[in-house]
Amino acid sequence: MSQKHKRRLIQNGINPTRFSRGQVKFYTYLIPICLVMALPIVFFFMNAFKPMEELLAYPPRFYVNRPTLDNFRRLFSISSSTTIPASRYLFNSILSTALVMAASLCMSVSAGYALSKKRFKLRGAMMEINNLALMFVAVAVMIPRYFVIAYTGLQNNFFANVVPLLAMPVGLFLVKQFIDQVPDTLVEAAVIDGAGDFRILWRIIVPLVKPALATVSILSFQLSWNNAEASMLYINNETYKTFAFYMQNLSAGGSSFLQNAAGGNSTAGAGVAAAAMLIMFLPNLILFIVLQSQVMNTMTHSGIK
Amino acid sequence: MNRVIRTRGAAAKDFVSRHTAGIMLFPYGLLFAMFIIIPVVAAFMLSFTDFDTIRRPGFAGLKNYITLLTADEVFMKKVLPNTILFSLIAGVGGYILSFLLAWSLAQLTKIPRTVMAIIIYLPSMTGGVLLSAVWSVIFSGEKNGYLNYALLKLGMIEKPVLWLQSESTLLTIMLVVTLWSGMGIGFLAILAGIMNVNQELYEAAYIDGVSNRFQEIIYITIPSTRPQMLFGAVMAIVNTFSQSGVGAALSGANPTPGNAGQLIVPHIEDYGFLRYEMGYAAAVSVALLLLIRLSSVGANKLFGSKED
Repeated sequence: MSQKHKRRLIQNGINPTRFSRGQVKFYTYLIPICLVMALPIVFFFMNAFKPMEELLAYPPRFYVNRPTLDNFRRLFSISSSTTIPASRYLFNSILSTALVMAASLCMSVSAGYALSKKRFKLRGAMMEINNLALMFVAVAVMIPRYFVIAYTGLQNNFFANVVPLLAMPVGLFLVKQFIDQVPDTLVEAAVIDGAGDFRILWRIIVPLVKPALATVSILSFQLSWNNAEASMLYINNETYKTFAFYMQNLSAGGSSFLQNAAGGNSTAGAGVAAAAMLIMFLPNLILFIVLQSQVMNTMTHSGIK
Repeated sequence: MNRVIRTRGAAAKDFVSRHTAGIMLFPYGLLFAMFIIIPVVAAFMLSFTDFDTIRRPGFAGLKNYITLLTADEVFMKKVLPNTILFSLIAGVGGYILSFLLAWSLAQLTKIPRTVMAIIIYLPSMTGGVLLSAVWSVIFSGEKNGYLNYALLKLGMIEKPVLWLQSESTLLTIMLVVTLWSGMGIGFLAILAGIMNVNQELYEAAYIDGVSNRFQEIIYITIPSTRPQMLFGAVMAIVNTFSQSGVGAALSGANPTPGNAGQLIVPHIEDYGFLRYEMGYAAAVSVALLLLIRLSSVGANKLFGSKED
C-alpha cells in the first residue's frame, strides 16, 4: 500500500480521530443539509414564544423580539373553558406512554430471551414471522384492527391507547439481536448455579442488554406519545383522549376547536398550536439526546442476516 | 394438608420451569396475534365480502378486486400513480439519501458527527401530528406564510399561493416533507453499520487496487454493511407507507383536493370510515399489503444474504 493511501486511511477513513482538510468537502454539504433539517423545527419553536402582534406581523419575522409565555398560558387557560382542560389530555398521554413503555419493555425482553436462548419447537418459525412483521404497517389494516378493538371491549376505553401498541416487532427484533451477543456459556453457568430462567433474565440478561432496552423505550415512547389514532378512531369519551389528538385538532387550521382556544383568531391559534407542539416535541428530543449513544450501540446489531 | 399444598406448589413450579419459554413468549405472542396476525387475516377475508357494517357480510367473490382494477377511477388514475411516484421518490430516494448522509457523517470526527446525526434524525421524531403542524407554518396560504412571503418578495409570484390546497403543489410538498422526516432508525442503523466496518478491510482493499472512494463504497462499505442496509430498507418501506396519510394531514381534507395527494392509506380510510364500504376497503388494504411485501422481496434480493 502506498504511503499516500495509508495516510489517507488514518486521517480520512471512517471515524477519524482528528480534523483534517480532507473532511472539509463533507462539511460543505452536510452543514446546509442540517440547516434545512433543523429550520422548520426552529421556526416552530420561535412561534411558540411569539406574542400575538408578532404572530400577525407582516412581513413575518423569523426571530422573536419579545419572547412571552402567553401562548402556553392561553393553551392551558382558554382551552379549559371548553369542557376538558388541556392538562387532562396531557395527563392521559403521560399515563398511557408510561404504561406502553413499561409493558413493551417487559414483553420484548422476555420474548427476546426465550427466542434467543431457549431451545424449543417453532422457535425458528416464530422469529421468521416476527421478521416478516417488521414491515407491518398498522394503518394498512386499520379496519380489521378496529373490529378487534370493538370485540375485545377496548372501544371507548382508556386502554385503547395502550394495548394495540404493545406488540412491537422492531422492538423484539432489536432486543433479540442484542441478546444473541450474550454468550450462551454465561447463561449455562447460571443454570448450573441453580438460577431459574426468570432470575437469569433479570440478573444477567437485563443488565447486559441495557442499550437495546434504551432503544426500545425510545421507540415505544415515540409510538405512544405521538399516538392520535386511538383517540380518533376508538375512543369517543373526550376524557380518555391523548394530547397528540388535542394537538392535532389545534393545528388543523380553521377548526372551531382552534378558534375557541385562541378566542376566534386563526393566526393566534397558530401560536397556541406551536406551544402545544413544543410540549409534544421536547420530551422526544430530550429522551433521544440522553439515550443516543445507547441507540447507536443497538443499531450496530440491527442487521437482518 | 400441608403436604398437599407443598406438592401442589411443587407441581406449579414444575409447570413453570417446563414451560418458561412459552410463558415468556405468551404476552407478546397474544398481543402480536391480536393486533397483527388477526387483522391481516381478517383483511383478506373481508376483502371477499360486501360488508357495510349494517347488513350481515355476504360472500362477494372477487367482486371487490374487479372493482378495484376496473371501476375505481380514482384508484387507477390518481391513487396508484401517486403511490408509485411517492414510493420511488420518498422511499427509494429517501433510502439512498439516508445512505449517503450516513456515509458522509462517518467520515467526520466524533463530536460533529454526533451533533449532525441528531439534527438529521430530529425530523423523524415529528411523525404524524407534529409533522403537519410544523410545515403548515411554512406553507401557510396567507401572505405572511414564510414561503409565500419569500416568493412575493422575490417577485416570483404575484399573489399568495394556497400551497396545501392546490392540486399542482400538494404532492411535491408531501414528497419534501416525507424526505425531510425520513431519516429515522433506518438511517441510524446504516450509520452504525458503516462505523463498524473493519478498518483492515479498507487497508486490504487498497493493497488489492481499490483507488478511490467510489470503489471503496461499492466493494467494501456496502457489502460489509449489508445486514444493516437491509434493516434500513425495511424501515424505509414501512416509513414510506405509514407516512402516506401525510397528504390528508397537510391539506386538512380527505380526499385531498382533486385527489392530488391521494395515496393508498387515505383511500382505505375514505372507503372504510367515511363510506362504510368495509369489504372494498379491505380489498384495498390487501393490495397495500401485497405492495409492501413486494417491495421487501425486492430489498431482500438486493441486500439479503446469499445463502437463501
